[in-house]
Amino acid sequence: MTAVSLLPDNQSGTDSGPVRRRANPTLVAGAVLVGLVVLACVVSFFWLPYDPTAVDVTIRLRGPSGLHWLGTDSFGHDIASVIIAGSRTTLLVGVVAVAVAAVIGVPIGIVAGSSGYRADTWLMRWNDIMQAFPALLLAITFGAIWGGSAVTAMFALGIGTAPAFARVTRSGTLQVMSREYILAARASGRGWWFTAVRHILPNVGGVLIVQASVNFAVAVLAEAALSYLGLGTPAPTPSWGRMLQESQTYVFSDPLLIVWPGCAIALTVLGFNLLGDGLRDVLDPRLEREG
Amino acid sequence: MAIRLIRRAALFVLTLLVASIVVFGLLAILPGDVARTMLGVDATPQAVAALRNEMGLDRPLVVRYLEWVGGMLHGDLGTSYVTHQPVAAAVSDHLQVSLILVISAMIIAICVALPVGVFAAYGQGRISGAVLSALSQLAVAVPGFLAGLLLVIVFAVTLHWLPASGWVAPIEGFGDFLRHLLLPALSLGLIQGAILSRYVRSAVLDIMREDFMRTARSKGLTPFRALIRHGLRNALIPVLTITGIELAALFVGAIVIESVFVVPGIGSLLVQSVQNRDLIQIQGIVMVIVAIVLVINLLVDLLYAVIDPRLRTSR
Repeated sequence: MTAVSLLPDNQSGTDSGPVRRRANPTLVAGAVLVGLVVLACVVSFFWLPYDPTAVDVTIRLRGPSGLHWLGTDSFGHDIASVIIAGSRTTLLVGVVAVAVAAVIGVPIGIVAGSSGYRADTWLMRWNDIMQAFPALLLAITFGAIWGGSAVTAMFALGIGTAPAFARVTRSGTLQVMSREYILAARASGRGWWFTAVRHILPNVGGVLIVQASVNFAVAVLAEAALSYLGLGTPAPTPSWGRMLQESQTYVFSDPLLIVWPGCAIALTVLGFNLLGDGLRDVLDPRLEREG
Repeated sequence: MAIRLIRRAALFVLTLLVASIVVFGLLAILPGDVARTMLGVDATPQAVAALRNEMGLDRPLVVRYLEWVGGMLHGDLGTSYVTHQPVAAAVSDHLQVSLILVISAMIIAICVALPVGVFAAYGQGRISGAVLSALSQLAVAVPGFLAGLLLVIVFAVTLHWLPASGWVAPIEGFGDFLRHLLLPALSLGLIQGAILSRYVRSAVLDIMREDFMRTARSKGLTPFRALIRHGLRNALIPVLTITGIELAALFVGAIVIESVFVVPGIGSLLVQSVQNRDLIQIQGIVMVIVAIVLVINLLVDLLYAVIDPRLRTSR
């Protein structure tokens, strides 16, 4: 995928990791958007315009004003506060889902890529079967078993997106395995563990970071969908997906209620997608040269 | 070729078998005692035991699994715990609606993706290409159900052109059917079209660098004619894989879209069964969706050989 910038040339000098020579505009745009969400999350722990869980029906469904920047919803919640606080749920679900996916997928990928044909075939066949279970379907099933909550959602999404991690780790590992330094490590009597942790993992790190960013976007989308279906984050914890569900009743009278959380979700997903694309552009040439 | 087909078919059956074990394991073992859950904590042990016996839960797992799989081969997915109706009948009724929705969405997605992808590739390095790519990047970030809600705001709330929700079967009136189908199909199809267009674009960009495209151009064909005559067939191979994956994704996306538009498809049935904790029905629906995903993967693999003759001779 070639780089696409949605923001005009960004000269703000945002530090966005390992930028080589010229700042990659996709990476910068992604980093800015993701940075905003992280900032909102950090700020929400210290300061919010209003209590996002305070119910006050006397001020329900007000339009945007100086007092309530984005207006209030049907419970009288200040929408700006709920959106800022909702970033916590989004980031928490994303981080845990990506971590679970990596913890399951990366070892499977490394074993498959480094343990010879037989193990590789079996593990990847199993991986293909698991890939037939879409993450959202798995999350709905988990919701049916253990009840819908943010915790079930993030673990289900993590397990559901693990096969993608296993796949990219395996192909990265296969590339690394043909390098001389692996042969050297083997010749000097290094065990499998040492090779995996010291040589393979650092060299597939780049692809893993890209995959993490992509999976993060998938998790954010899925969490929103689950909360919308009533199988994600339960009230009163602020969640963008649930805001959409609650707003749908008022779609005829207050369509703006849908626009705000919708923008929050779309910009966050866009941020992680752009970050992933940008990182791929920046990291790929290096990977091609080294492994 | 024949050996390849048999190998692939055998793999498909094996995969389906393992998937059924996973689904059964998830929904028959993990949830604990279904009978106790249904009767509540106050139920006497005798009542729970009686219900377990009635539902057949007191028999060994292997027997229950084999019965479930055996039933499936005869088109029997068990009886719903809640409605006491056959699960298979409910699933097939709702699946028809979902199929109509998903296929319409796929047609919309392809109609959007092919032109957008090709023009984005041709416009590479120009404003038009950048704008098309940026739009598709933005659309990819919008969840389908949000697109649905936004379409409702525009076409149902503001313009009053189309109904905001509901479903009319084709036999009850074709015009009404189309009016109800359009918004859900668009909300699914436009987003998938945006995703697909990105793959079309990169596939076309790859193809344009090929030697045979240069040959076609040197014969005097215009870039566009060269692409139509020689390029698209080759560019379609990677696009086909993605289309298969997208088709599977559409079924999953439909789960949410059907809830937005109150469409009585398999997704609505699933969400409703989850709310009722109707585990046997959930088990049936999940198995059907997973089987559909696996069948799509199989068809994509087989279609490869049709599109790309080079693959027919290989193992």
